Amino acid sequence: MAALIGDELLEDMAAGPQRPAQPGWRHFPFWRWLILLIVGAYFVIPLVAALRFTGFSSFPSVVHQEGFPAAFELSVRLAAITTVLTLVLMLPSAVYVHLRLPRLRRLMEGITILPIVIPPVVLIVGVLQVAPGYLKSTPYLLALEYVVLAMPFAYRSFDAGLRALDLQTLVEAAQSLGAGWRTTLWRVLLPNLRAAMLSATVLTVALVLGEFTMASLDLYQTFPVWIVAFDQTSGPISVAASLLALFVTWILLLAISMIGGRRSRRGDGADVSLFSVSRRNTGGS
Amino acid sequence: MTMKAARGAGNNPGEDFRNTSGATVQLRNLSRSFGTVRALAGLTLDLAPGELVALLGPSGCGKTTALRIVAGFETADSGTVEVDGTDVSGVPAAKRDMGMVFQSYSLFPNMSAQENVGFGLRMRKLGAAGRQRRASDLLDMVGLAAQAKQYPHQLSGGQQQRVALARALAIEPRVLLLDEPLSALDAKVRLQLREQIRSLQQRLGTTTLFVTHDQEEALSMADRVGVMQDGRLEQIATPDELYAHPASAFVAEFVGIMNRIPGDMLDLLGGTATATAPGDRAAEPSGGMDALVRPEGLRITASPNGNGIVTSRTFLGQLTRLSVRLSGDVVVQVDQQSTAAAGISPGDAVEVSLANAPVLLAERN
Repeated sequence: MAALIGDELLEDMAAGPQRPAQPGWRHFPFWRWLILLIVGAYFVIPLVAALRFTGFSSFPSVVHQEGFPAAFELSVRLAAITTVLTLVLMLPSAVYVHLRLPRLRRLMEGITILPIVIPPVVLIVGVLQVAPGYLKSTPYLLALEYVVLAMPFAYRSFDAGLRALDLQTLVEAAQSLGAGWRTTLWRVLLPNLRAAMLSATVLTVALVLGEFTMASLDLYQTFPVWIVAFDQTSGPISVAASLLALFVTWILLLAISMIGGRRSRRGDGADVSLFSVSRRNTGGS
Repeated sequence: MTMKAARGAGNNPGEDFRNTSGATVQLRNLSRSFGTVRALAGLTLDLAPGELVALLGPSGCGKTTALRIVAGFETADSGTVEVDGTDVSGVPAAKRDMGMVFQSYSLFPNMSAQENVGFGLRMRKLGAAGRQRRASDLLDMVGLAAQAKQYPHQLSGGQQQRVALARALAIEPRVLLLDEPLSALDAKVRLQLREQIRSLQQRLGTTTLFVTHDQEEALSMADRVGVMQDGRLEQIATPDELYAHPASAFVAEFVGIMNRIPGDMLDLLGGTATATAPGDRAAEPSGGMDALVRPEGLRITASPNGNGIVTSRTFLGQLTRLSVRLSGDVVVQVDQQSTAAAGISPGDAVEVSLANAPVLLAERN
């Protein structure tokens, strides 16, 4: 959304008093309240029901359950490995495509959306056929699969961040001042893509912490797999663990919005939301 | 590269940056094609030390491609770029020691104005103190000392472009490249920055190649102006030479305002003008030729039985520009002293005649 209306929105905000004031809650039409209420209820009722079912007392005991520490540790480790691999592979690729192969941008968008289109079961069956034996016995195989799974989200974050920059000119300006490729990437591009990197990181972490199908088929007991397995023995604890995972993810998403917003105010030139980065309105003449 | 200016700051901004001896630049027979489009077709151009040469031409004439080849961002299909007699065609952009100012301000958004200016010095391993001092001096020189800590988005377009200029000059470039640096600015700021760039360039003596499609900018700033068309240099000359003695009909019509009058109408306009072809070659007006006459090369007097009707008038201050429709639906622009044009209004019949000046002849389009 912000990617589509980013500049206009910022200009509107900058225009401030010159524009008519936004309608207050008194002027919010009834039907809008109704839609908001229905959508809100759709999301909130299951959460409230889950909370009532499990009770607040179940939360502290989640961490003491058998298998939880190992499953959680595995998920966190996978999240870290996946994030690093995603950043290392996807960021330079996205920069290269934007800079040197702009005609391939649409093709890249198409390719990176494939993991969403292809069911995880199909992916996992294919991977297990070709994966070398030494990888099958380590969680790194799962991390590699997650890199593919995170690709649509990570690429879109980088793509939005790169679109918000005048990439070609920045690179050429840096080079004309004597910077090589590594310096240009490290000192000029990465600091201006920090918000996009943060966005990609959070989406990847959220994805890994919640992924069930691949982990289950690969016979790893990650956090989501543990929740399902534990559900057989203790429903309330399992639901408490699910809610805990949900809250942790929410806190992460909130953190990115806040950090991204703060960085943007400091002057890195882009405003970030979860799926988009829009260019800040630069000064006029 | 020496950092002579970094040693010891003077009291006056820019004091340490004087007398940077400019380099000679030679573009030899540069050609470049993009697919089937030929952007440059054997461009040859020499820049003397400390000279500001503007490349002027319509969109797609190859001027930006030429600049980018000099900067090292593009590679020529054939031809060479020499700086001080050394072929730099194979040298990467980062090692050419050329400062560049881009049309879009190109400041690094994550760095303050001072950090932007100091970036090139950092790449040259200059210490933090030296960097800061020199960046401050340069920002002072472009009148932005007070904005040193501000980030690009906190600066206006004109300020950003001045920071970009300071950043390009901070590295004491052998050659300064300006890629339409004023195009994105409003008229008033453009005029101010134009003068500032020229004055700095003259003070520092940096050889400068300036690309623009704005002839007013080119004519007012450059020592010499090269007019380009279809990847070739049509003419390179001083601004007044270019205006007064264009080498081709294209140059004549591209630089300044030019009226194109069918050759067989010259008799109707009277006058005692002598006809020459572009490049000052003698020529005879004929039916297949057009005469190219500047607005100041025509005279106008109110006359009920005149040869034209005034269709519009534009007040330009000391001069007033009148549009006159002649017979055959030929419309000409005539510049008249405003005092003399005061009594002439649209719809008036007037007599248009040639002033006593040479007239250029060109093939009819």
